[in-house]
Amino acid sequence: MTVVDSLFLFFSVALVLSAVMVIVSPHAVVSALYLTLVFTFTAGLYILLQAFFLAVLQILVYAGAIMVLFLFVIMLLDRREPCRWWSRNLPALVGGPMVGLTFGVAVWATLKRTTWPEVAPETLFRGDLAQVMTPVFTRFLLPVEITGLLLLAATIGVVVLTRKEGQP
Amino acid sequence: MMIGLNHYLAVSAILFGLGLACILVRRDILLILMGLEMNLNAANLALVAFSRFGHGATGQVMTFFVMAIAAAEAAIGLAIVVALFRKGKSTRVNEFRTLRG
Amino acid sequence: MPTIEHITWILLFSPLVAALGILLFTRRAPTVSAAVSIGAALVSFAASVKLFLVVAGGTGVVIAPHIWLSVGTFTVEWGAVVDRLSVLMLLVVTGVGSAIQIYSVGYMKGDSGISRYFAYMSLFTFSMLGVVLSPNFIQMFMFWELVGVSSYLLIGFWFERPAAAAAGQKAFIVNRIGDAGLILGILTIWACAGTFDFAELAGQWQGLGLTPLILAAAAGLVFCGAAGKSAQVPLHVWLPDAMEGPTPVSALIHAATMVAAGVYMLCRVSWLITASPMVMTGIAWIGGVTALMAALIALTQSDIKRILAYSTLSQLGYMMMAVGLGGSTEAMFHLTTHAFFKALLFLSAGSVIMALHHEQDIWKMGGLRKRMPLTFGAFLIGTLALGGIWPLSGYYSKDEILLLALEQNTALLVVGLVTAFLTALYMGRLLWVVFFGEARDRRLAGHAGESPWVVTLPLVFLAVLSVVGGWYAEVPRFLSPEYHAVAYSDKVMAGFLAVPVIGFLLAWRVYGKAPADDAVLRKGFGPCYRLMESKFYFDECYGWLIENVQGGAALVCETFDRWIICGAGVGGLTGTARMLGWAVRTVQSGDLRFTLFVTGAGVVALLLWLLAG
Repeated sequence: MTVVDSLFLFFSVALVLSAVMVIVSPHAVVSALYLTLVFTFTAGLYILLQAFFLAVLQILVYAGAIMVLFLFVIMLLDRREPCRWWSRNLPALVGGPMVGLTFGVAVWATLKRTTWPEVAPETLFRGDLAQVMTPVFTRFLLPVEITGLLLLAATIGVVVLTRKEGQP
Repeated sequence: MMIGLNHYLAVSAILFGLGLACILVRRDILLILMGLEMNLNAANLALVAFSRFGHGATGQVMTFFVMAIAAAEAAIGLAIVVALFRKGKSTRVNEFRTLRG
Repeated sequence: MPTIEHITWILLFSPLVAALGILLFTRRAPTVSAAVSIGAALVSFAASVKLFLVVAGGTGVVIAPHIWLSVGTFTVEWGAVVDRLSVLMLLVVTGVGSAIQIYSVGYMKGDSGISRYFAYMSLFTFSMLGVVLSPNFIQMFMFWELVGVSSYLLIGFWFERPAAAAAGQKAFIVNRIGDAGLILGILTIWACAGTFDFAELAGQWQGLGLTPLILAAAAGLVFCGAAGKSAQVPLHVWLPDAMEGPTPVSALIHAATMVAAGVYMLCRVSWLITASPMVMTGIAWIGGVTALMAALIALTQSDIKRILAYSTLSQLGYMMMAVGLGGSTEAMFHLTTHAFFKALLFLSAGSVIMALHHEQDIWKMGGLRKRMPLTFGAFLIGTLALGGIWPLSGYYSKDEILLLALEQNTALLVVGLVTAFLTALYMGRLLWVVFFGEARDRRLAGHAGESPWVVTLPLVFLAVLSVVGGWYAEVPRFLSPEYHAVAYSDKVMAGFLAVPVIGFLLAWRVYGKAPADDAVLRKGFGPCYRLMESKFYFDECYGWLIENVQGGAALVCETFDRWIICGAGVGGLTGTARMLGWAVRTVQSGDLRFTLFVTGAGVVALLLWLLAG
């Protein structure tokens, strides 16, 4: 077993366990922290996939921005009592995992059947900054601009949504 | 054992299923949004995996955009949560039933 | 010089033009309306005379039919038949009609709806002439229905009176029932023979080789229409009620012309009737029964117009009896003379009614002989003619019918003779109670005086016709040139004359003493009297039938409508839509989690479906 393989195993298992903990925790803060772990282990997997730029971006954006935002809001709401999410929730407890399980099983069954075409070692993509960003700023420039507009809209939307009564 | 595309895709699928379960099981809006983020991550993982195993930069470029949009969406979702909480003093989803048909 | 065809169309359409003209233009000018209507009637009369002269000189004329509409094998033609039968009827309708319209000027004076009245009269004249002139079943049926409509309009002329409105409806509905049979009969004939034209059918009908059942069915169904229009039992109930209309209307329509239309039609399609001996017997008996029953009822009535109405029913029965015994010529003869004297009687009665300020109860009248001599004279002539006293017209025509019965069917002869006796009896009763003795109601009688000349002149005209109408057998000989009076013995004829004479004598015995009411009659007939007075309970029977049978059918339909159509059908549809809506609505519960679940499950399902496929 190579280093890469064992790292992959470690990251994957940790990822799954953290995701389960996100679902299972009674406190929202704990869930948020576990989610951050999920993102971190995902970044690890990215590195194993030689997608270095994206790994860094994952940490910066997801773990660094989005989760911070989540934690801010959770703190804002300031609920202390644990959420007993398993009580009086039977339909969801049955239906939810069933749906998820069905999905997983379906994909797994398909994957078992598929054989991907052989990829020669030199065509394995190495995702460093230049490799990833050059297409972004040339071929995919329009989506970049649109995304910029979208972020602007999001900003304005957030400001509007969280206004208190009487504020301009 | 060579770690190939299928393994990464399997992980992605498991993560997506867990995200789906999180959305459906929990009552709190915040937890639902977290599940949503997990889903998006699963998708990203799959995209990057495909990109690595022979499909060039396109997958990672898409991931880049997904991340940006996920950020925007999380922001807006959380703003809505804040507004709702101000209104109803609760984040339990089953208490917001005004959109009845 | 206008051709025969032109004359015929002028004859037919001038009353229609008059009616439309009055309705459109001269409603506010009653005098003008009256003049227009009478003018048109006289024009038609002149045209009838001209046609009579043409036909009398040679053979009949058939105006070549134009094709009116044609759908596949179904062709409707428009034309006119001008032969001896129709010309005779044309003279009667236009002659008597003109006289009655002139009379109406006096009778309807002061009424608020004079223009409407004359418009309807002209419309009726047009319809009746149309029936007479029609050369095929479809055209005749069209005018037949128009006659029914005109009758309805005229009976219900004073429509603010509920009794009048109801009487108009009753007439129309009972007619309609008969017409249902008529339509079926017409269609049966068409189905068998493929044509509607009388001339063609007359030639073809016997040779088609149809079974006796079909022949009887066709004849019987057509007779239904005649029975309705000519008020034979059991469709006679509308005629007495029709007396709610103005008296000239009763005279024209319900004595002289419209009710005779049934008889006319049967004579026109005699080829149809004679093809089925069974139906002929039926017709004869129905006629006989009608005659007898009506005479019995007439004996008990107190309204002068009702008595005359039942008298009409009775005489129509005689005509039908003649048709059933194969004597179309005799029937038409009696129809003609009856038109004369019955119109005379009605108009005289109208003169009396007018003089007594619209009082119609005979037990309030009396002694009018001295006050209204001309009217009395006219009424006397009419009574004697109706009774069948020599040498007036009624004697000749009625006895021809009795002779037919003598030859063929002794039972019917007895019926005819008994009816003749009763006829004399009730007419004598009427005559003596109204015109002789002392006035029973002094105040009323105080006003009575002779009527103006517009009223009395038509009376004179009709009286003359009633006297001479039967002489020299001109009428029947005109109809069928080879006609000759049946050989009879003097003893038989004396016997026939004796019957009404005895009837009149008996009436004189009972009523000559000017009794105050009908006590003698009641005692004489005993328990039967009530039966006769209540018109044999026909109206009550019909009322019961309609209420229960039709009511029952209506109940079934209503239940079906409410439970099956509304309940299961409409309710089912709405219920289904509502259930579907409910089913779909549960998805929109506002519950976010449910929505999410459905979305997630849907996506997974889609995935599975795609993977499976």
